[in-house]
Amino acid sequence: MVRFCRRLFFLLIVRPVLLIILGMNVRGRENLPTDGPAIIVANHNSHLDTLTLMALFPLRDLPKLRPVAAMDYFLKNKVLAWFALNIIGILPLERGAIKKNPLADMEAALDRGEILILFPEGSRGEPEQRASFKRGVAYLAKARPQTPVHPVFMHGLGKALPKGSFFLVPFNCDVAAGEPLTWTEPVSSFMETLEARINDLAEQSHVQPWE
Amino acid sequence: MDKIFGQPKEVIWAIGVIYALLIGASILTAVLKRRNPGEGTIELSRRVTSWWFMITIFTIAIIIDRIVSTVFLGFMTFLAFKEYLSLIPTRRVDRLILLFAYLAIPLQFYFAHLGRYGLFLTFIPVWMFLFFPMAMTLAGKTEGFLRAVGTLSWGMMITVFALSHTAMLLAAGDSAGPAGGAGLLLFLVALTQFNDVAQFTWGKLFGKHKIMPKVSPKKTWEGFLGGLVSTAIGAAIAGPFLTPLSVPYAAVAGAMIAIAGFLGDVTISAFKRDLGVKDSGGLIPGHGGILDRVDSLTYAAPVFYHAMHFFVFSGRI
Repeated sequence: MVRFCRRLFFLLIVRPVLLIILGMNVRGRENLPTDGPAIIVANHNSHLDTLTLMALFPLRDLPKLRPVAAMDYFLKNKVLAWFALNIIGILPLERGAIKKNPLADMEAALDRGEILILFPEGSRGEPEQRASFKRGVAYLAKARPQTPVHPVFMHGLGKALPKGSFFLVPFNCDVAAGEPLTWTEPVSSFMETLEARINDLAEQSHVQPWE
Repeated sequence: MDKIFGQPKEVIWAIGVIYALLIGASILTAVLKRRNPGEGTIELSRRVTSWWFMITIFTIAIIIDRIVSTVFLGFMTFLAFKEYLSLIPTRRVDRLILLFAYLAIPLQFYFAHLGRYGLFLTFIPVWMFLFFPMAMTLAGKTEGFLRAVGTLSWGMMITVFALSHTAMLLAAGDSAGPAGGAGLLLFLVALTQFNDVAQFTWGKLFGKHKIMPKVSPKKTWEGFLGGLVSTAIGAAIAGPFLTPLSVPYAAVAGAMIAIAGFLGDVTISAFKRDLGVKDSGGLIPGHGGILDRVDSLTYAAPVFYHAMHFFVFSGRI
């Protein structure tokens, strides 16, 4: 039942909104994973980022897609938690000082063949402004070195629905997917390569200032 | 007047002729593709395929009824305006104002639907023109004010105001001629698009002398003049069926559409070149975005409508 609601939500709400009100220019769609396990890494501007990335996959892949999201934000009230866990299908991540291995849930998801969606900027932050990536993604890649990491650059959704705003303004958004990379030692150079890939994708996109 | 599917028979006949041309174009591109396969002919056949979709959507929209046609034209305008706003630099502080700008689209098309000439003509050039800078002033950020208000006002005019003239043609009523407002709309849109294709074809075949090397390096005098003559002839043939114009006046209307269409095309090219983009979007394979497809119409629609209004609807001709 929940699975059906989930499909319906994406078919009847997410896709029409993305198609009609927003509009997407997608480049490099062929670079997206066709099967799990895989890690998608994108910059973060808006709540719509997650939904947009998920809408790029066929509906039958929905159960496999797991956006990794902050537990303290999304599980703070019951309604939002139900929605986030069941309809969006988030993998909750605990932020701050914790004792157990923070990557354990993600590693387990990858072992189940799921596709993780990660936003290593850690927060939506200032819309359409890039923040440096947190290094967790590198440790995850290190723990599962065979898993492909797919860099994705997104632009425009931060204008349509930035952090702290409650109304949607139509804007076309750009999504550019690059060729996947896999883990290479050490953490610092892996992070540099990953950020450089996303910078390349950003440069190929047409990005206007948004102050 | 005889009707087929609730439309004047002239409209249905004209649509039949358009499909005949389309079939001809498909055969021609298939032959070209076989003779010299390559990126060029693949792009050409992609374009023709997109024409099939666009013409079919447009046909369905104008055949069903006037309200559907007007909503369809408004939606196309929304897509064009959205592409425009997505291409230009904007300010975060103006988000709510941009939302109001979008909401002006249904209002403008509603005024067109009612055929309220005065409201239609003043809503954007007067009221929105005054509203945008006022709202931005009240928002209180002066940094980038002139750029923001200038780009928003111009974008609103070149997309929403200009393209809404297509819907105003539908409201022409009894003065619209044998095929009604739908006939006028079909005349304008078919000839504008025909002119684009004719200019492209003449230019490809005989193009030598560049007409605007800095703005549109591929456009030539041969293409422009070939398109102008072809469109004038096409208009002279279609005019008596679709419009109240006699053959010579229809040819003049065709020439006006060709010249205005060319100017709209290069104006949008200048705008895109300034921003450093080739296409306004990726919605239509082989064509680019909606704005790339309606660029000629942004000039041809107001010029044709106001010429008709001044000379024909008023009874001067």
